[in-house]
Amino acid sequence: MSEMAGKLFSWLNNRLPIVNTFERHLSKHPVPSKVNFWYLFGALAAVTLIIQIVTGIWLIMPYSNTEEQAFSSIEYIMRDVDYGWVIRYMHTTGASLFFAVVYLHMFRGLLYGSYQKPKELVWIFGCTIYLAMMAEGFLGYVLPYGQMSYWGAQVIISLFGAIPYVGESLELWVRGDYYISGITVSRFFALHVVALPLILIALVFLHLVALHEVGAGNPEGVDIEAHLDEDGVPLDSVPFFPYKVLNGLVAIGVFMTVFAIIMFFFPEGGGYFIEMANFQEANPLVTPDHIAPVWYYAPFYTMLRAIPDPLGGLIVMAAAVAIFFIVPWLDRSKVASIRYKGIYSKIAITLFGVSFLTLGYLGTVGVTEIRKIMSIICTIIYFAYFLLMPIYTKYEKTKEVPTRL
Amino acid sequence: MQEKDKTRRKVLIGLTSAIGISGVPFAAIPFIAAWNPSAKAKAAGAPVKLDVSKMQFGQQIQVSWRKQPVFIVRHTQESIASLDLALPKLADPNSDDIVEPYKGLNPSRSKSPEYSVFSGVCTHLGCAPKYFPEVEPKPWDASWSGGFFCPCHGSMFDIVGRVFKGVPAPTNLVVPPHMFEGSILTIGEDKEL
Repeated sequence: MSEMAGKLFSWLNNRLPIVNTFERHLSKHPVPSKVNFWYLFGALAAVTLIIQIVTGIWLIMPYSNTEEQAFSSIEYIMRDVDYGWVIRYMHTTGASLFFAVVYLHMFRGLLYGSYQKPKELVWIFGCTIYLAMMAEGFLGYVLPYGQMSYWGAQVIISLFGAIPYVGESLELWVRGDYYISGITVSRFFALHVVALPLILIALVFLHLVALHEVGAGNPEGVDIEAHLDEDGVPLDSVPFFPYKVLNGLVAIGVFMTVFAIIMFFFPEGGGYFIEMANFQEANPLVTPDHIAPVWYYAPFYTMLRAIPDPLGGLIVMAAAVAIFFIVPWLDRSKVASIRYKGIYSKIAITLFGVSFLTLGYLGTVGVTEIRKIMSIICTIIYFAYFLLMPIYTKYEKTKEVPTRL
Repeated sequence: MQEKDKTRRKVLIGLTSAIGISGVPFAAIPFIAAWNPSAKAKAAGAPVKLDVSKMQFGQQIQVSWRKQPVFIVRHTQESIASLDLALPKLADPNSDDIVEPYKGLNPSRSKSPEYSVFSGVCTHLGCAPKYFPEVEPKPWDASWSGGFFCPCHGSMFDIVGRVFKGVPAPTNLVVPPHMFEGSILTIGEDKEL
């Protein structure tokens, strides 16, 4: 029997590079021997992506993408479909946690210079994934056709209207109607469930292939490729299995626990994960008193609001995301990790973190005079972190990086 | 391969590529055009008619045209007379920055001196401003002389929909094409335009 299985396996392996690929990218893939918890969020993001795909497929089945039915089909899922509420809350919680782990994953990148040569492409694919996620999240939020779906989309689509000359016709073209109607919902549905997931999966694949080509980083910023054993394997590395798989599983266990607690006890996340206004059906004639984005767009929304001119706001908001793409060329430091960078980098990243969180908070609350000033200050700090990076990373005193991990 | 053949090959590759690529925009047409409003959506966006003689003086109503709120305000003589009160606060009192269909015709900005007709969609980011006709201090303006306040981002407009200075909304509220036939107001169509 086992001989038969062995034969079958080698028949397969001669036709498909199973063992090779498995060993190269999973079991024997060398990873730095010393990393910290910051290095877990990539794996958690992958887990969340799988959760989103599976729950998403199950949600498509009872969902209806028409103007009359979209909202009621969500209520149908929540009330009448067996365990429908679990699947939907899994998807909504997954969306928020996807962004949470991706933000932490990105911050790890900034902390430890995970974008530095030769990892520029890994970083760029990552930024593109983030961009695709933002689009995916926005499109998905419109699908329940609640009040916040409608008015949030109204705000976002009118951003296109700020573009000179073509703006208005572009808006009409994106909506396919004079308001956000069933026509808009059904095209957003097609993009949300087919087009963007395909793009996301392709990007994740490229992100990982590029990462495996250049090797993962570590919090010390040590180049482990510089010291290899006689087989060409870095001395300061361990194979992915079992060393990373097993502690990764512990992390996934903790993550799943947090996930389950949110999903079962706080699925609306206090109005931050699912906004309360979205429990009402979309009504084009009534604006909710307070239009706030979901928390994960809030920092960028604050920047949009801080600029009085819509086109200016749009440009600043787009620049805030686009600037991530050029980080590999903004950082002129000789060292990768914040541990060995100088005091200016440490101050800069702290200010950046604080301003990002403040911008996030400001995006979820109403506007007052003082908050408006705060949002302008935080926007300036946000951009200063990036734009001054070539200066402070170049001229600060860095510590000597050890040769071994 | 001879030099002549190489040149011939280059020309052929160039030609076939050019012809192939020139087909791409044509192939893209249906995919782009399919996103335009369909015939059904256009029909649903047809003009609306209503009788405005039943409105009270000072009353504001909203009707839905293309599922968008259109505000109709019936002015009192006092409110038209007091339009100048907010004049120093206005960014563009004569609607010079936008294309306005009935510019300079009436202080109400519409085709009727008594009624104002304008879109209820804030020119900042598309929210619906709310009507506060009373002349009294408000949290957003201590010298409020009546008008519209947008709850989303704090834009302010006077009672005929003209935008204030220093607010996020860049332009006055848009006046849609409309016409009065007696007391019947048609929004979305004007035979004289």
